Order: sequence, then C-alpha cells, then structure tokens
Amino acid sequence: MRLTQGAFSFLPDLTDEEIRLQVDYGLERGWAWAIEYTDDPHPRNTYWEMWGTPMFDLRDGAGVLHALNECRKACGRGYIRLCAFDSTRGVESIRMAFIVNRPDEEPGFGLDRQEGEGRNMRYRLHGYAADRSPEERYRADP
Amino acid sequence: MNDFATTTTADRPRGRYDAGVLKYREMGYWQPDYTPKDTDLICVFRITPQEGVDAIEAAAAVAGESSTATWTVVWTDRLTACDSYRAKAYQVDEVPNTGAGTATPQQYFAYVAYDLILFEAGSIANLTASIIGNVFSFKPLRACRLEDMRIPVAYVKTFPGPPTGIVVERERLNNYGRALLGATMKPKLGLSGRNYGRVVYEALKGGLDFTKDDENINSQAFMHWRDRFLYCTEAVNRAVASSGEVKGHYLNITAGTMEDMYERAEFAKQLGAPIVMIDLVIGYTAIQSISRWCRNNDMILHMHRAGHGTYTRQKNHGVSFRVIAKWLRLAGVDHLHAGTAVGKLEGDPMTVQGYYNVCRDAVTQQDLARGLFFEQDWADLAKVMPVASGGIHAGQMHQLLSLFGDDVILQFGGGTIGHPAGIQAGATANRVALEAMTKARNEGRDIDHEGPEILAAAARWCTPLKQALETWKDVSFNYTSTDTPDFVATATASA
Repeated sequence: MRLTQGAFSFLPDLTDEEIRLQVDYGLERGWAWAIEYTDDPHPRNTYWEMWGTPMFDLRDGAGVLHALNECRKACGRGYIRLCAFDSTRGVESIRMAFIVNRPDEEPGFGLDRQEGEGRNMRYRLHGYAADRSPEERYRADP
Repeated sequence: MNDFATTTTADRPRGRYDAGVLKYREMGYWQPDYTPKDTDLICVFRITPQEGVDAIEAAAAVAGESSTATWTVVWTDRLTACDSYRAKAYQVDEVPNTGAGTATPQQYFAYVAYDLILFEAGSIANLTASIIGNVFSFKPLRACRLEDMRIPVAYVKTFPGPPTGIVVERERLNNYGRALLGATMKPKLGLSGRNYGRVVYEALKGGLDFTKDDENINSQAFMHWRDRFLYCTEAVNRAVASSGEVKGHYLNITAGTMEDMYERAEFAKQLGAPIVMIDLVIGYTAIQSISRWCRNNDMILHMHRAGHGTYTRQKNHGVSFRVIAKWLRLAGVDHLHAGTAVGKLEGDPMTVQGYYNVCRDAVTQQDLARGLFFEQDWADLAKVMPVASGGIHAGQMHQLLSLFGDDVILQFGGGTIGHPAGIQAGATANRVALEAMTKARNEGRDIDHEGPEILAAAARWCTPLKQALETWKDVSFNYTSTDTPDFVATATASA
C-alpha cells in the first residue's frame, strides 16, 4: 500500500529540490518547519516523534533540508514528514504537512470487525507495523 | 454612551403621542445625524419604494416595522424607554444604475441601526424574527432586500459558533496544506443501502476525503436511514484502511422531528462517524440545537443550504446569502455550501468570494466590490469551512484554487462518479489535479495562466486525469449572474 497522508502523496515522491521549494513557500509566510518521524502511521497516531523542536529561528530552506537529511540518516527506514507551524492568532496550528520519506515496503493496515447487537459493527483499524516485535521496530538503522 | 437614560418620552412635546397616524420619519425612525454605536447592530436594506413613496419615509418605515412601530400611534410607548427600542434609519443612498433611464425602478440602500437590547442572546430565531419578521411584506415597499448586517462584537460573543471550526477539523482529519475533496453520491434517489455504500467506498478509496448524502436523502422507501448509515460506515472504514487517511461520509440526519434527528445523530455517533449533515430547511432553532449536540459529541456539522435560492438570488427582494452565511456562522455550522463561481449554480465570482470571507475571516473587511458593506469583527469565533459544490470538474482546478485558496472543500459529484473509467478513477483524477496544482502554486508558478499546462503535465503520467480532462474539456456554465454587487463608490457604510 501507499500511505496517502499529507498534501502531496498522490504525486510522485518529491525530490530534494522540490521539497526545498515547498519549504521556501512556508518560510516566506513566516511558518516554522518541524521534522517528525514514525514507524506507525496509524491515522490516529497524532504524535509522531519529533526530530528536535520546530525550527522557529531557521529562515533558510537549506538548513531545513540539512536537518531532514540528518533525520533520514538516522530514521530512513520509517516515515518522515515536514510540518509547518503558523502562530497567527486564530490559526496556531499546522498549515502544511507532507511526507518526505517512506519505508521501502509500507506495511499498511488491517481492518477488524466485531459484530454487535442488531446489525451494529465495531471497527478496529490496526497498523501491521505495530504487530512487529519491539526488537525489529526499534533497532537502530543499519 | 447610552442616551436613553437622559432622553425620555416625557421630554417630548405634545403631539407625537396624540392618537392618529404619523409619518414614520416623524416618529423618530429617521435620524440622519445618528452615529451608530459599537454595540448597535446595523443593517443595510436595498429598498424599492412604491410609486410616490418618498425614499426617506420608506427607510424610516423599514426601521419602524423591524422594531417597535405599528401603523398608528400608541400611548403605551410612553411606558417604555422607547427611544432605545426604536431602530434608526440614518443614511439613504441611491443604488447606481437604477431609476430613470434604466430598466429597473429606483432603488435605495437604507442603513438602519438597532440597539443591542432588541435581541435575545444566542438566538438566531429572535434576531431574524426582528429583522426580517414583518418588513418584507410591507405594502409601501415594492421590494426589499437585506444586503448586509454588521453584528456587534457584544452580540457575536453570545453565540458559541461552529462546534469544530476549520482549524480543529483539520487537526482531526490530520490534513493540512491542501483543499479537501468531496463528492455527492449520485444518483440522488433510488440506490439501495448496499449500492449506495459501493459508491461511497469507490470515491473514498480513489482519493477523496469526504463523500456526501444529498439534501433530499433522508429515509425513503428505497433506502431506510439505518441501512444507509451502516453501509456507509463499512465503506468509510474500508477506505481508511486502504489509505491510512482519516475519511468521512456526511450522514444526513435531517428528519421530520427533532426527536428523529437526535436518534439519527446518536446512531451516527455510535458507529464512529466523524461528521453529520443537516439541511438549511430545518430552521434556525433546529440548527442551533443540532450544533449544540455536535459540540457535546465531538461531531463535525455539515450544512447544505437547501432552499436558500428561493430568497437569496433575486437582487431586489429577499436576504443576501452573505447575511445567511453570517447567521449560520453564529448559529454554529462547520461546513457551508457557499458557491463555486465557475460551476452550474448561481454566483458572480466576486460576490461568492465575499461569502467565503464571511465564513473564514477573523475580521471581515469592508469590501464593496465583494458585496461586503461593513467591517465585521468575529471576536475569535471559529471559522466555517466553505464548500464549493455543483457542476465543477478537474479541468477547473486552477480557477478553483485561485478563487478560493486551501480552506475549502471542493465537491465533484458528477465530476467523480461520471468518470468514464469508473468512480475510483474519477476521484484519483481530482486528487492528482488538486495536489499538482497546489504544489505548482507553492513553487511560485502563475496558475491562472499556466493552469491548463500544469494539468496536462500531470495527465501525462496519470491516465485517470487525462481521461477526465478529455471528457469535460468543453463543459462550462457561462450565464450572467442575477446577483452582483452594486455600490456607491464613496459609501461611508460602516460605523
């Protein structure tokens, strides 16, 4: 499967040059970029791990790309996303987010059904990534 | 600042309260020197007086009939601080391009100020009963239209507003930096629950964020509401599992009674649905009740503006949609159909952008070219996500993005389900067109001019988009809009 979270997942993976243009777009608007990574992209897994704090004082796109490549070196087997935070009153949230790194094989999700009273159904979505052993999930990247 | 404490009816010369009929302008409803207070609610009406009726008298009559007046003098006014209850017409402007030498009878913009005490806190029903309760049937007026309304911050703060709002909706959906995509299920009528859920699944799996019941999908013989809810929930969950994205289907809970609506809302909640939907025709009190339920149950509330065209479309009579949009933001809806400008339904582009501003601004600026007569401070009320739906397709993506930006739901019903290679392909075409256009815009490209090239480039690697562009390349709805802004260039509209 291809995880299609983020703004550009239906397009071919962005090159570093293309990522840089998107980063510049956010910087021009005064947003702060952050890098987050995970092995478990369940749609309700809100809090991916932070690669440092959001780069509030970094106004140079090359610096963001540099930090991204550091993160890729350490966590290249997982998902990495770039998020742009906008501190404008009335927004104070993420304004842009897109995936910039994916595992070679994306494990995807299973859907379990539990039949209830009447024709009620309880659904449980589970990521196959979370089924793997802790040793496999958390071992350091080669 | 309140002057009613010092000016009472007892000070008035005898004559004003003698039995009989006085002109409205002589009863205190025309006050050309009045400066509206920050706490006043201000309306601008477009009025067409009957032949021989003076414009100022007509404006005073509007003020009178939308506040305290009746057709004759009543002594019981003198028991009250009636100056504060009287609405005050304070400005009348001729509407350009009407009257002598045109095909349209002379029209006027009448500005009327209402004291805050006139309105019950947090009640759109009370507000509308006051402002549009009587006056639109008033005989001395040939026609009357409420063009815009400035709601004082003090009154805005009495409404809870949208239960979710744009920012929190995006956080719940985990979806940032692009417009959302939806589609209304077609055909509107006749699909069984099982068949209906198939369309939902295909459209969401193909790449849409939302699918939608149509306004008249409730609980008819061909599909009982519980069946619809169950099959749609299966479809949504399957599509979520296939993509890893949060998705939803607007379950229309509109019904004949509030009890039925609550029952449907509870079932939607029990099934884990993220969003429910209502039609405008249920009325303002029902809207506010469901909004309250949604706020208490973490549910996004989608509003279909069914029926609004009966009173918003004609320029000379009714209520402008910009006013309806303001009322609905106060009443508390999260999504509101606000026009497409380029699709099959009425809407001049600048006028439609004015509606979007009303939905999404922190402070809406006066902008006469977009039909916005007043500055409106929304006092940090959550923002409404506008929905562009009706006769739009992937080939218009650059126009839609340029007109409306990212905080909008673009709904392609026919433009998804009518795709020659199937519904999934239709959805994929729309999603690729949107992402390609958003990416190009962010890269600094001029999408207004390069839009077709950008789409063509994406179509070279995306066959569904190629097919969509070929199928709908000649479709457009170029008719003259009936509702366009008129304005006096030098108008000093706001307080």
